[in-house]
Amino acid sequence: MSRADVLVSADWAQEHLGEPGIVFVEVDEDTSAYDKGHLEGAVKLDWKVDLQDPLRRDFVDKEQFEALLSSKGISNDDTVVLYGGNNNWFAAYAYWYFKLYGHDAVKLVDGGRKKWELDSRPLSDAEVSRPATTYTAQEPDTSIRAFRDEVVAAIDTKNLVDVRSPDEFAGKLVAPAHLPQEGAQRPGHIPSAVNVPWSKAANEDGTFKSDEELAALYADAGFDGSKETIAYCRIGERSSHTWFVLKELLGHENVKNYDGSWTEYGSLVGVPIAKGA
Amino acid sequence: MCGAPKQGGALAGIDLSTQTVIQGSVWHDGAPVAGAYVRLLDSTDEFTAEVVTSPEGEFRFFAAPGDWKLRSLAPVGRAERVLSAEVGLNETTLAIA
Repeated sequence: MSRADVLVSADWAQEHLGEPGIVFVEVDEDTSAYDKGHLEGAVKLDWKVDLQDPLRRDFVDKEQFEALLSSKGISNDDTVVLYGGNNNWFAAYAYWYFKLYGHDAVKLVDGGRKKWELDSRPLSDAEVSRPATTYTAQEPDTSIRAFRDEVVAAIDTKNLVDVRSPDEFAGKLVAPAHLPQEGAQRPGHIPSAVNVPWSKAANEDGTFKSDEELAALYADAGFDGSKETIAYCRIGERSSHTWFVLKELLGHENVKNYDGSWTEYGSLVGVPIAKGA
Repeated sequence: MCGAPKQGGALAGIDLSTQTVIQGSVWHDGAPVAGAYVRLLDSTDEFTAEVVTSPEGEFRFFAAPGDWKLRSLAPVGRAERVLSAEVGLNETTLAIA
């Protein structure tokens, strides 16, 4: 796996719009962004409605994922090209789902919606409909998903990468600063975690930094490439961005995303918490 | 949920006795800039959050008391401003030259 296999430029995306066998998919939490304008022919996935179980706190299971992709007109043979707002957080989160359910031909548009808009590239408000397919997903690959017990067991043994902002890591904020500061969980971070904010892996226009810059970033933070790694944030989407960097761009083996993240860990009874920078 | 709520609008439901709200709007050539990317940087210049302005050019952050920097990115240009925020409402304007 290398950068060219998993990441496409905005130029590449613009040149391949409408090409058979390639499905562009916008993933946002705020779907009004898609409705105002999207890449020509792109279908939309709503992070909350389409990708989360409507009742339990978990994401869609294999059957729900199959039904979703079938209804969106995505087939097993298609190359899925994801992009979205929030510096591709939710697109990276969806990328992780596609990998979890065994869809290999999936890529991200470097810079996502932000670079596209800052470049003033064309957006379409035309409704997109694709004929339904019969999509078949694989059993979930839990080698890339971490659960709470293994996170607690990873303290002082594996790389724990907290990708939230320094103030969230330190316990001064409990949510990213575009959200109200409230929540049941205790502030702080998992003991022995290193803080490498996801934003350090991205340029201001939302594109990923170069492989050399990324390798230096994690090496400087004390990341040990010989160990297994678990990345987390608050709900698992910013850490998908970092999971993508560590696993897909830098090619580290054994990297998991802990989607329970701080909203789960910070609410667990009795687990250790550290505070401060 | 980590996506930003709708930007701008009333402060109803926000407890200004506990929240440190930083809000304002982005302007260029005498008009508000919709769809600008506004990022909040902490006192060490580290990225903390980013939102997209409303049709009226508005943005809003929920921060903590202290020194912050706001930076806006838009196809028409960029603007930057530092401010010291306190608990309650902190209003400011970003003007793109």
